[in-house]
Formats: sequence, structure tokens, C-alpha cells
Amino acid sequence: MSKAKWMGISKVRENIAASSSEEVTASYLDTISKSKINGYVTINEGAIARAQDIDNGKEGKGHDGVLAGVPIAIKDNISTKGIQTTCSSKILQGYVPPYNAHVIERLLDAGAVILGKTNMDEFAMGTSTESSHYGTTLNPWDHERVPGGSSGGSAAVVAAGEAPISLGSDTGGSVRCPAAFCGVVGLKPTYGGISRYGLISYANSLEQIGPIATNVSDIATIMDVIGGHDLRDSTSIRQEIAYQDSLVDDVSGLKIGVPDEYFAEGIDEGVEKSVWAAIQKFEDMGATWEKVSMPHTKYALPAYYVTAMSEASSNLARFDGTRYGHVEQGENWHVMASRTRAKGFGEEVKRRILLGTYALSAGYHDKYYLKALKVRTLVKQDFDKALSNVDVLMAPTMPAPAFKIGEKIEDPLALYLTDVNTVPINLAGVPSISMPCGLVDGLPVGLQIIGKHFDESTIMRAAYSFEQNTDHLTKRPAGVE
Amino acid sequence: MITKDEVEHVGWLARIEIDEQDADTYATHLNTVLEYFGQLDEVDTENVDPTYHVADVVNVFREDVVTESLTQEEALGNTKSKQDGHFKAPKIM
Repeated sequence: MSKAKWMGISKVRENIAASSSEEVTASYLDTISKSKINGYVTINEGAIARAQDIDNGKEGKGHDGVLAGVPIAIKDNISTKGIQTTCSSKILQGYVPPYNAHVIERLLDAGAVILGKTNMDEFAMGTSTESSHYGTTLNPWDHERVPGGSSGGSAAVVAAGEAPISLGSDTGGSVRCPAAFCGVVGLKPTYGGISRYGLISYANSLEQIGPIATNVSDIATIMDVIGGHDLRDSTSIRQEIAYQDSLVDDVSGLKIGVPDEYFAEGIDEGVEKSVWAAIQKFEDMGATWEKVSMPHTKYALPAYYVTAMSEASSNLARFDGTRYGHVEQGENWHVMASRTRAKGFGEEVKRRILLGTYALSAGYHDKYYLKALKVRTLVKQDFDKALSNVDVLMAPTMPAPAFKIGEKIEDPLALYLTDVNTVPINLAGVPSISMPCGLVDGLPVGLQIIGKHFDESTIMRAAYSFEQNTDHLTKRPAGVE
Repeated sequence: MITKDEVEHVGWLARIEIDEQDADTYATHLNTVLEYFGQLDEVDTENVDPTYHVADVVNVFREDVVTESLTQEEALGNTKSKQDGHFKAPKIM
């Protein structure tokens, strides 16, 4: 078996054509079995059989699909029929969904082979994957550091050559942060762009499923498969975007806005330099840039956390030991549920449910929840205003490279503060892509390109042009070809 | 400031059992975060409408047609306690 390596979808398809999906899938499973990074919670036992079915043409629709036989890793909060889905929580240990999420139906129709379910912060609550009940995932660039989160497993396995592509979900940066920390590409689409049917909810007004890959073209390929309208998600929007068509190497005339507030005090010097060098590169390629002001950025973080925790306290009410997952005994339902939740949820999840319950409770609703929603309006207006003058915004995805495992997990607020550049995007619902733009002390830096609602075409074009004219995406972790 | 008693009350509202000792730790952690949330008071939101979500949709309807759904067996497939085709829970009252 060959060494772990980065392969885009086109290379994987070439290899399948030259051998078989079974052989390619087996090679990935072999790499995973030797892995030290703990990127997967569950391996799909049916992966080889599925690959054989594709090879034998048994899957009518998948056989000639754009992902025919192509392996993919799926974040463990996306429902996969017949494959354990835990949200990296003890409370869902052993839960096997009886149905597929919309995105999984689409991937299977296109011929994809699911390798397994990837590790994450418990219920997607975190920035480091350290809150997983199944242990931390290690950053492939430095095993002493976090891969980012909450989709840490999905980004780490792609960076480590343990899957060519993956899906994550992004509530406040959960695709973009790990993509930045692991030196790969991750897209948070416009809110409403991808159906959330079958995504286990954390904060439903903020989150979107998003793809992670080693190159921009693969992001487009996956989005063409999973994007679009679905009746089963009432916030899904009828809007067709031709992602492949946006892969054009041309940014002449592109107007870039650079928000000062995203380079705030405390930003790592190396990160700042790398991002400015990227903006300079865009200028060399024919784009123009100007500074823009987004005055409510500072308040986006508290507004985000109040909103997310409030929504979480409602969304996670369903885990009561009755229908699925872990269960404790009790003399009545209240005691049974309270014990099940006390034992089944980890500390960060409990903190967020308690804070959300408090923020929504009588006497505090207006002070916290309603106030946060009003501030959200102001944050969104900042984006509307800034993006009325420019085509895209550019900023660092994360204010610093990956931090060390254990460095921040004991101080919840310090961990929340690292999300400062990613959460405003979710409050506004606009699309944003993170891609590598340099290394600082051997650790990847993420450039964030933010666009207007449903204008993924423009941020994809910018990202593709940057990829074609720089060598950042040729850099890989040690031991990966 | 959230008190230890309030933490226990919120725990009851959220159906999360919290013992005496944990209540202290939660109170400390929760107060740090709530104090940070207090920053929101600095923002003037007079005459600003709240944003509940950003999807540009109102009242989404679909045709009322019967489609395939989970079988009873599938729906009950993950519970540890069932009877006569129902989920079985301990008494609530």
C-alpha cells in the first residue's frame, strides 16, 4: 500500500479508472488504520461493499455520477443511515440513524463511498475538537496542537491524506477554523444554500453544512452535488449556483474590502503578514482593495454566543433518554431525564445549555436573548453596507495559528475569543471560504474570503485564482506526499 | 451575578442534575461568561428590530401529499424501552 498523500477528486477518479474504487477505498482504510491523529469516531464497515457495488455498476445512479467510487469522510453530526452517528457525545453512543441526511442522499446518488464519521467537538460546541467524548484529534502538522474545531476530524483527515474530501458543519466557524489550522480549503455556504435535513441541530439559525478539500475545484464539485433546494428544510432557499462555472482564473477589477476590525489587537504578527501578502498578491493579479469599517464586529462574539446557546438549549432538549442514546434510571421521567443528561453530556455542552436556558428564562429574555438578536441586526447591517461598495471582504480566518492541546480548554471564555473573526459571518448568513495563504513557524494560516448572500461564484473565483497563482496549496504536513 | 441557587434552578429547567459541589463550579464559569455578555449593554439598540434568522423566506408551504416515511420498527429501533409499538418512559406525574 502506498504512503498517505493528497489527492484531489480528479486524481482519485483517475486511480479508480486505472484500478477500482475497491482498491482506492481499501488504500484509504489502510492509511486510516495506521493513523495516529484520531480523526475518525466510526469507520463505515460497509465501505468496501459499497465500492464494489459501484465498480460492478450495481448502483445505477451512482455508477456514472461525478463522485462515482470516490471516498469521502462525514462529520459525525450528519445523519448516515445504518452508520453510527454520535455528535462525538456519550449521550448518542450507539445511535444508528434510520435515515440519511439530504446531503448524504445527494452524495450517494453521485456515487460517493463513505469512509467513516469524523471526530468533532461534542455537538459542534468548540474550536479545538478537545470536547469530544472520544478523545482529541491531533493536528497533522504538529501532533501537540489542536486541529481546530468543531469539524476538527473532517479537516485533519483531509490534511493527513486519510480522505480526499469531507463534509463538516459551520455554526460559528466550525468548517473554516479547522480548515485554516490544518492548511486545507473549507467553505461555509450562504445560510439556506444547503439543506440542513438530517444535520443534528445545535444552533439552527446559524449553521450550514460545508465541504472541506485539498483544492478549490473539489469544493465546487461537492457543492454542485449537495447544494440546492430541499422541501424538508423550511429555511432552504431556491437559488441555483453553477459552482464549476465560477472556477475562472481572473480577478481583474475585483474590489476587495479589508475590515480593520478583523486585524484587532492580539492578532499574531505572522498571520497578519501572511494575510496582507495575500491581499497584495490579489492586487498584483489585477484586483483593487480598500479599507472598510464594520463597527459592530466587537459585539458579534457575545451576540453569537447568546444566540447559539439559547438555540442549543432548545435543540438539545430532545436528548432525554427516551427515544435514543444513553439512558440512566430514575423514579420518574424528570429524574431519569435529568440524570441521563447529567451523565450523557460533557461539561461544555452542559455549560452552554445552562447559559442558554438562563438567557431565555423569565426576567432575562430581554436582557440577553432579545438584545443579542438586535445586535445581530446591526452586525448584519455592517455586512450589507460594506458589501455594497466592494465585491468581497478579506481577513484572517483565525487570529493565530493552531494552539497547543490543553492550552485553552480549561478557560471557556479564552476559547470563545478565538472565534472573533468567524462568528460575524454566521450572524449575517453570508458565504465565506478559508484557504491557506502561508505558514508561520511551520503552521498553516487561513485567508478568509467573504462574499454577498448567494454570491459564492465570486468568492470561488477569487479563491481559485489565488490557488492558481500561488504555491500555498502545495504545502503538506510532514509524512504526507 | 448568577447564584448557586439559580444554577440549581436553571439545572432543573434544563433537566440537568447538578449536585452541590458542581453548582459552585458552574456558578463561577457561568458568571465569567455572563459578565462578558454584559458588553452587549454598551450597544444602542433603540428602534432596532431583532433578527431571528437571515433566510429570506416567510411561511413555507408544501402540497399536502402522503410520502414514504419511517416504519414503526425503524422509528423505535434506537430506544432501550418500548411497548406495543410505543416508546415507554417512566411516569411523568
